[in-house]
Amino acid sequence: MAILVNKDTRLAVQGITGGAGSFHAEQMQAYGTKLVAGVTPGKGGERFRGDVPIFNTLHEAVAAEGINATCIFVPPPFAADAILEAIDAKIPLIVAITEGIPVVDMLRVRRALEAQSLSRLIGPNCPGVITPEACKIGIMPGAIHKKGHVGVVSRSGTLTYEAVGQLSSLGIGQSTCVGIGGDPVNGTDFIDVLRLFEADSETEAIVLIGEIGGSAEEEAAAFVKAHVSKPVAAFIAGSSAPPGKRMGHAGAIISGGKGGAADKRAALEAAGIAVASSPADMGITLQSVLK
Amino acid sequence: MNIHEYQAKELLRGFGVPVPFGVPVLEQGAAQEAYARVFAETGSPVAVVKAQIHAGGRGKAGGVKVVRDETAFNQAVADIWGKTLVTHQTGAEGKKVGRLLVEQGLDIKHEYYLAIVLDRDSRRYTLIASAEGGVEIEEVAEATPEAIHQLVIDPITGLQPFHARRLAFSLGLGKHLWKSWASLLSGLYEAAVASDAMQVEINPLIETGAGTLLALDAKVNLDENASFRHAEWQGWRDPNEEDAVEAEAAASGLSYVSMDGNIGCLVNGAGLAMATMDIIKHYGGEPANFLDVGGGATQESVTKAFEMILSSPAVRGIFVNIFGGIMRCDVIAEGIIGATRALGLKVPLVVRLQGTRAAEGRELLAGSGLALVPVETMDEGAKRIVELVK
Repeated sequence: MAILVNKDTRLAVQGITGGAGSFHAEQMQAYGTKLVAGVTPGKGGERFRGDVPIFNTLHEAVAAEGINATCIFVPPPFAADAILEAIDAKIPLIVAITEGIPVVDMLRVRRALEAQSLSRLIGPNCPGVITPEACKIGIMPGAIHKKGHVGVVSRSGTLTYEAVGQLSSLGIGQSTCVGIGGDPVNGTDFIDVLRLFEADSETEAIVLIGEIGGSAEEEAAAFVKAHVSKPVAAFIAGSSAPPGKRMGHAGAIISGGKGGAADKRAALEAAGIAVASSPADMGITLQSVLK
Repeated sequence: MNIHEYQAKELLRGFGVPVPFGVPVLEQGAAQEAYARVFAETGSPVAVVKAQIHAGGRGKAGGVKVVRDETAFNQAVADIWGKTLVTHQTGAEGKKVGRLLVEQGLDIKHEYYLAIVLDRDSRRYTLIASAEGGVEIEEVAEATPEAIHQLVIDPITGLQPFHARRLAFSLGLGKHLWKSWASLLSGLYEAAVASDAMQVEINPLIETGAGTLLALDAKVNLDENASFRHAEWQGWRDPNEEDAVEAEAAASGLSYVSMDGNIGCLVNGAGLAMATMDIIKHYGGEPANFLDVGGGATQESVTKAFEMILSSPAVRGIFVNIFGGIMRCDVIAEGIIGATRALGLKVPLVVRLQGTRAAEGRELLAGSGLALVPVETMDEGAKRIVELVK
């Protein structure tokens, strides 16, 4: 089963002819993802790598290829429009990789998402979603993943790879790994994914990777306590970050003493979650909660 | 991105939010003329001299002075110009004043608090208002949370007259202020959306003795991601307010924050970069910087990043920790080789490459003849670099 994506996922890539779009479209295809369409306005009628048809609009791609997921590599000034196009085309799963979309644009996207129930957005500014050995949508290195029963959900991109790499090297496979992105306004949060993992028969345990700033981890902790029966391990990045300094563009901002690593850790532990003290221990911490 | 009070007021004025008459002073020699202009405009010798720094708490630190004549004005300028102000928001090192705002003096009847912020929880712009303005709003929120009123604005409808009415009644605004309040609020909302503001704070918003509303102070924080559609922001940057190294990094698309330690870090992704600093500390080391090369880094920007670390005098060792996804390890390797060719390598270098094109990256490094320590894991890398700089 896994969640969100599987062998039947039929994918379109919006922005397939750009640098990142074409490189990763090829990588996704090589992983075994059914890449059935590309979208680049003005390049309709051409083919990607000689085989995948390119369309001018997403709606044409849907009509011709019956896609049920899309991956967006469109540059920041046009990315919100690409997401809105995907919502309008009623694509069930929209994965936005693009980093640097203005928040005001995302407010409108978020509002459009809340006004409907057919589409789910993952991201933006995220690595994507992968169900090992079935379907990869995004930019994560496919080879580090291993099929199995641990669900991974994370606000960070590369730190997710780190966690997955540790799990796989311990022989622990993953059901699905979801990077929700670190932007202040995004489509899917920890709780949405935790709910999916809890309901998924193939997922037996969950790794949650958070970072300083905001209150998403605290809310996730409360949700786990009330609604998640499966064991959960976690890590919070940023315990060494000086307060008030913005660390990168991940939206990790500590303000007014709220959203610090210690508070988040305490909230997670209070919910019965095993929290790794070092980022090198994410794998073994999960191993310790497996029965 | 933060901007100065005088720039924030200029922005607000453009959207119909009333602000006091004022003249910014960018060179000390221009202060006299600014005073004369304010005097001419208001017909009163009373003015306010306000230090322009990107931090709150200026008044308590001696950065805001009310003057009643020209002699006092000159004295105030002499006192504040070039002074280093230490406030609760500047850090211990403080901020040196290199710009002033000279404003008309005003007769204050009441001080309110008004802000619009992009709220992560509601994923909406939220208005925050209080009849207890002019003080630290955090303290008001702590002591009397009921004195803080919040309204979430739906981006589809935008700000509507009923929002203004609700807040006006919550604040107990007199009837004579209703019309100007509604217009001020609508201007504030439009200003926030049109200028991609993460936050606009007016504290205090005053009612004058004559019964008008004015934004007496303004703090604006803008969303850097939207800079592509705001050419005017370039002119709002103040090099004195930016960490020179961080600004240099930003120009190359890098995210860099200086720290106090001696281990330089080059990492991809903000989460992994933070985790790398965390693990260095975990093993007893101290990171010299946070550096996220991002996903779209080119060989040139990686070279730049590595050069920045190499040229920092505090750096006694370097840890490169890359888990390539969108970032390719071969690009990182070429950047490292390019930078060390130009600057040499005089400190220990520990390199961990994993993920997209890791094998190609490792081969490039192995073939370069660089004296580096290759490691397989982040754990091993952190341990090695901490040992090596001891």
